[in-house]
Amino acid sequence: MLELRQDLYDAMVAHARRDHPDEACGVIAGPAGSDRPERIIPMLNAARSPTFFEFDSKDLFNLYREVDERDEDIVVIYHSHTATEAYPSRTDIQFGSLNPDAHWVLVSTRDPQVAELRSFRIVDAAVTEEPVVVVDGLE
Amino acid sequence: MAIEVRIPTVLRSYTAGAKAVDAKGETLSDLFTDLDSRYDGLRGRLVSDEGALNRFVNVYLNDEDVRFLGGIETPLSDGDVVTILPAVAGGGRDADVRA
Repeated sequence: MLELRQDLYDAMVAHARRDHPDEACGVIAGPAGSDRPERIIPMLNAARSPTFFEFDSKDLFNLYREVDERDEDIVVIYHSHTATEAYPSRTDIQFGSLNPDAHWVLVSTRDPQVAELRSFRIVDAAVTEEPVVVVDGLE
Repeated sequence: MAIEVRIPTVLRSYTAGAKAVDAKGETLSDLFTDLDSRYDGLRGRLVSDEGALNRFVNVYLNDEDVRFLGGIETPLSDGDVVTILPAVAGGGRDADVRA
């Protein structure tokens, strides 16, 4: 299960809409070991493509360094699909398997009115969908 | 000549869970061979069959991506830090990416 604050949910959808028709991508970091997404970090899609995303290698290095220094984990890795459903593609499965500890979140922007956001775990090329529970952020 | 190699979570099964290991080598290629002699199979996750750096990992010498240095033949010096990170990529294009 992925428990997600409403503001983080909205921020991912807004980022995906903003970058459409290119794919948007980013992460949500959280305290190390907590599995709790707290701090959204939108990333640049170095591929600038409607069908592919990739973090720039320098950005990736800096991201890991920052997250380590703050004693955080990358809890969520998100990106958008602009013309297809919010389900991992073969490419997603290849790269998602490299990041088995993260929730692999997909936002589809194919429908301009209706946001579709789903979350998956990808471990050794096996995809498991998990429920997304949106909670009020005011604690 | 000791070089610290930082290992990402996904590859720690090869290093018995160690986050960082020491290795030696005059070049990155030598370093990977040295690593593989103790952590069997690790090199195969870093280097493609053609001998180039695997598409699925980024390798940094200190804070530079080695693709912008000398790739697999990048020379190393005592005290260098090599960081391996899994690439973060994907997307709607439904095709296999070659290593």
